[in-house]
Amino acid sequence: MSSPLLVVDRLVAGYVRGLPIVHGVSVHVAPREVVTIIGPNGAGKSTLLKAIVGLVGVQGGRIMLDGRDITALPTHEVIRCGVGFVPQTNNVFTTLTVAENLRAGAHLLHGQGKALLGQRVERAYALFPVLGDKRHERARTLSGGQRQMLAMARALMTEPLLLVLDEPTAGLSPLLVDEVFTRVRELAAQGVAVLMVEQNAKGALRRSDRAYVLTEGRNRLEGAAAALLVDPEVAAAFLGGYRKAAP
Amino acid sequence: MSVSLNMLGQAIADGLLTGAVISLGAIGISFTMQIMRFANFSHAELLTWGGYLALVGVGFIGAGLPTAGLSFGLGLVAATLLAMLLTGALAWGVDRLVFRRLRRSGAHHLTLVFASFGVGLVLRHVIVLFWGHESRFYTQELQIAIELLPGVRVMPDQVFILALTMIIVLALHLWLKHSRTGIAMRATAESPALATACGIEIDRVIRATWFIGGGLAALSGVFVGLTPQLNAEIGGSLLLALFAAAILGGVGSLPGAVVGGLLVGLAENLMLLWVSPGYKQSMSFGVLILVLLLRPQGLFGERQEGDR
Repeated sequence: MSSPLLVVDRLVAGYVRGLPIVHGVSVHVAPREVVTIIGPNGAGKSTLLKAIVGLVGVQGGRIMLDGRDITALPTHEVIRCGVGFVPQTNNVFTTLTVAENLRAGAHLLHGQGKALLGQRVERAYALFPVLGDKRHERARTLSGGQRQMLAMARALMTEPLLLVLDEPTAGLSPLLVDEVFTRVRELAAQGVAVLMVEQNAKGALRRSDRAYVLTEGRNRLEGAAAALLVDPEVAAAFLGGYRKAAP
Repeated sequence: MSVSLNMLGQAIADGLLTGAVISLGAIGISFTMQIMRFANFSHAELLTWGGYLALVGVGFIGAGLPTAGLSFGLGLVAATLLAMLLTGALAWGVDRLVFRRLRRSGAHHLTLVFASFGVGLVLRHVIVLFWGHESRFYTQELQIAIELLPGVRVMPDQVFILALTMIIVLALHLWLKHSRTGIAMRATAESPALATACGIEIDRVIRATWFIGGGLAALSGVFVGLTPQLNAEIGGSLLLALFAAAILGGVGSLPGAVVGGLLVGLAENLMLLWVSPGYKQSMSFGVLILVLLLRPQGLFGERQEGDR
């Protein structure tokens, strides 16, 4: 394995000091790797992602990105260090047009010339043609799938090293779920590492390199996605297999 | 009482001019309410401060030679630009000193509203402390009214005010629509969390908001000082009208604040045709209550998704 891009080391995090939701979780992501986090509701998956990007207070442990300590950085600094973040809900600016959403995503490209901005915007339209067709429409007019595409395109404007996705397929039809996962693989092939939380465990594991299972804010299992896909415990709890009887 | 066409025309002209002054003040209230999520009752005092800071400037450099029928010249223009900058800095300074501390301590938005009442009182009484209660003037020049339509007279200063307001509002609109900071402001207005995930530094957006709001409030204060005069109460007496305009137009909306301001100004002046001037302030109240009952998001306001 190449040296990791993201290292989360025994992270303790939560909204209220002294009442952590994430209790010492460790996660790492290598460059170009697609890593999925699964786990039951309330396992602290979303909180973990928000803590990584600085939206939730870190109460212990350490987060390193590309060799740099980003544990205590405010969100806009974390983004500057090379992270793109797509929240699960409210992940586009509904009052802004599609083009303006992309401009907002390109906020940090300031001072690098208008040509670069135009180039990135055109690349976003090439990657997601539907966005090009609707560039002057308000994002509120987009469907759920289109919004997810816009949210990803927006997060990619700064060419992040790591893309953090919180349940990118939530609420999408099966066809779109597949498209989102295909996109994620394409991005990895182009050199972007992806860390995502997913409810659709089976679909996500099939498209991931590695995965973690969290329960109650702690590491429960980890390993190659292919191995977890056939793990009896994972199958029973997340993949629609038979539930084990209570001990 | 019958109302002649002339009187109606004059009331409309006066209403538009009052409205322009209200619009400029309401823009700041509307933006701070949208971005910092609290009603800043001290904003009206920024009008007063702007007016007096320009007076200080005029004290140093004079109001300039009256040009083109106006009562003032370049001196007042320079003093006003300086007053706009300083009032913006004052608004931002107050935020650093009071509101930001409260925000960071997780205070309820009502706490900020009450704090803003206190800030407003302090700001007003500092003015009284230095300048007292008597009225002040930028110039002693007399102006000759021009007759726009038969029976409808306006001062050249007033025409200047209306035109400048429209130019500034248009410029601000284009800036919000196309500039990097303008887009960042609109993004933050909708969702601070998502804005910061775009790498936008919220503190910078907040600073820009105070400078814009404070600067426009100062301009509005100077306009009141020009037509007719300056005193410590000019901001306070417009407070209700400013809020009525911001809420009528829709919180966070620039065209909303402008149209809201013009409508409130027109409503106040048209009402004077039938009702005693003593009831003038009640008009703003009436507009405010009607809007809140009928269209709480205002004329141009957008209900954001997730709002209830």
